[in-house]
Amino acid sequence: MANPSLRVDVHHITRVEGHGNIVVDVQNGQLKQCDLEIVETPRFFEAMLKGRPYAEASHISSRICGICAVGHATASLRATEKALGVEPSEQTVLLRKLNFHGEILDSHILHAYMLVAPDALGVGSVIPLAKTAPDVVLRALRMKKLAGDLCAAICGRHTHPIAMTVGGFSHYPTTAVLQALRDRLVAVRADVDATIELFQKLKLPAFERDTEYIALHKDDEYCFIDGRIVSTDGGDWPIEKYREVTNEFLVPHSTAKRTKNQRPSYMVGALARFNVNYAQLHPKAKEAARALNLSPKCVNPYLNTVAQVVEIVHCVEDSIELADRLLKTGVTWRSPVQPPRLTGEGVGACEVPRGTLFHNYVIQDGWISGANCIIPTGQNLQNIELDMRALVPTILDKNQQEITLALEMLVRAYDPCISCSTHMLNVRFE
Amino acid sequence: MGARPKVAFFEFTSCEGCQLTVVDSLQTHPELLDAVEIVRFREAMSEKGDDYLVAFVEGSIARQSDEAALKKIREQAALVVALGTCAHLGGINAIRNRQELQSVRQYVYGDKADWYETYPARPISAVVPIDAVIPGCPIDRDEFVSVVTALLQGRTPVLPDSPVCVECKLKENVCVYLRGMTCLGPVTRAGCDAICPTYGDGCEGCRGLIPQPNLASMKQVLAEHGMSADQVTAKTTMFLSYQMMELEAAKNG
Repeated sequence: MANPSLRVDVHHITRVEGHGNIVVDVQNGQLKQCDLEIVETPRFFEAMLKGRPYAEASHISSRICGICAVGHATASLRATEKALGVEPSEQTVLLRKLNFHGEILDSHILHAYMLVAPDALGVGSVIPLAKTAPDVVLRALRMKKLAGDLCAAICGRHTHPIAMTVGGFSHYPTTAVLQALRDRLVAVRADVDATIELFQKLKLPAFERDTEYIALHKDDEYCFIDGRIVSTDGGDWPIEKYREVTNEFLVPHSTAKRTKNQRPSYMVGALARFNVNYAQLHPKAKEAARALNLSPKCVNPYLNTVAQVVEIVHCVEDSIELADRLLKTGVTWRSPVQPPRLTGEGVGACEVPRGTLFHNYVIQDGWISGANCIIPTGQNLQNIELDMRALVPTILDKNQQEITLALEMLVRAYDPCISCSTHMLNVRFE
Repeated sequence: MGARPKVAFFEFTSCEGCQLTVVDSLQTHPELLDAVEIVRFREAMSEKGDDYLVAFVEGSIARQSDEAALKKIREQAALVVALGTCAHLGGINAIRNRQELQSVRQYVYGDKADWYETYPARPISAVVPIDAVIPGCPIDRDEFVSVVTALLQGRTPVLPDSPVCVECKLKENVCVYLRGMTCLGPVTRAGCDAICPTYGDGCEGCRGLIPQPNLASMKQVLAEHGMSADQVTAKTTMFLSYQMMELEAAKNG
């Protein structure tokens, strides 16, 4: 064996959101330590939400994450609406879905092109690619701009959304704006095809480890908002029972809490959604999956990025259909639905870019008295660590640099959002 | 400044949304990459350069062990720029400064609270002197570009001293007070093009107070529009907790 003893110590993994370290210690061929340390500062969002007016919750909690700000706001609004008995209108539901697709597209394009592709192309960031492959970089920027513009038209800006409120929206896009976005979504199909071609060519490591995959599910659509919790190991829970699925626990080397369900760990995110909800994908997304050689159930975590590419296809196609529906009926300027009561408890759940997100609030007389948020990256951490433990013994014949890169690429494949995940814990509701 | 000054990005307690906004600004201003050399940007690149002239720092300082890292950045950089409200004013992180620290820790981490180091959140200027600020939660893309332009030209960037109301009137928005909502526009520093009122929501004060804000009058207006004392306190402490606590401390001598 080339590396009977090995020490990998990656301080602050790059091209991920937030601060994490990889520590691997192999002595005489035995794996002594293999940790993904989360060293982000604790952020205490649950404590900060406590004692605030309910209407502020979505604005405060969107600040958990700059990348999934719309996702946090959506989960937050759903938790509040369920607590206070608010039923959003069909128009609100459609606009929220379209807005949500904008965020999934923005985040997936950022991850696939700017965070993952540089590894496969042997460079340290997207910046040198601007010289060597300007068409690729310009395409990524063009697609990302469309995604951001889609969110901006509906909620003011992607980071951090403004017009999303309990019971609806405080601002609406005009028909002309919506039509222009629809036309750009149709035009972006060429870029989406080019993205599929790019990822057909990129070589990602062949590593497999079966695990439990969990995602929100609806029978009649590829679910991003609401739905039920479904596992590839069997099992189907209403979102109100999220604690039975997540079973949070703490480890000393991580400010983010971990989770497990029916196995020692589970995975959430694009690959988990693909495995759970393949049947509900848009036909064009299924076609893309075939072209990318991805089929359920896929157990190679590196292919999470490929599943994101499949979701890019789905979100572009579904956005065109949503825009068509909104254009057909016309968007009318409506005041948000007012809550019929100001006391209650509710759970909101969404499939944000990195996986299943839960917000749970208790509201009393309009003030939040208890809050709990469970973030996708927190749910993935234990699974990443178990992947690392399975991977390291199989690559000990490689040199230290190659092993380090393989581990960094593995962590990056999960698209971790570390600053999001570092504030969770077993919150007692008082 | 010489050709292509080296710049670096750092972050402490934050959502990294301001750095994401920097990435977004490249969509419309790709020429920025020709004007500067980015030597460190952990969120987007693997290289970690330690030689830089300008440091953009996002996030609040919320634990002792981050102070040394910030001081090292200050020693290296000729210019330190606070990027966004967390770095500028403590931002949303300072909401918890109004609560008792130990109860905040226990609420989130239970009996494991002592595993994780923390203290009240502060702006970076509470730890080191800074040279410029780009306010906002998140920063405004165009303002980022104009501040960078000013710095590259050796000018001190100038922030508007007028309130958000001025920009809101120029946009011909209907005042959100007339739509039954409340707004901190009268006491909040302009420069965001009144984006929140434009999208139908009242200003939350993320860019910080204007010089000499008439807070007594602001609170009276909020009360006249139906807010209870607790609601007024909530409204003025979402982004402004740190500034309000400083003002209260100064008043109480």
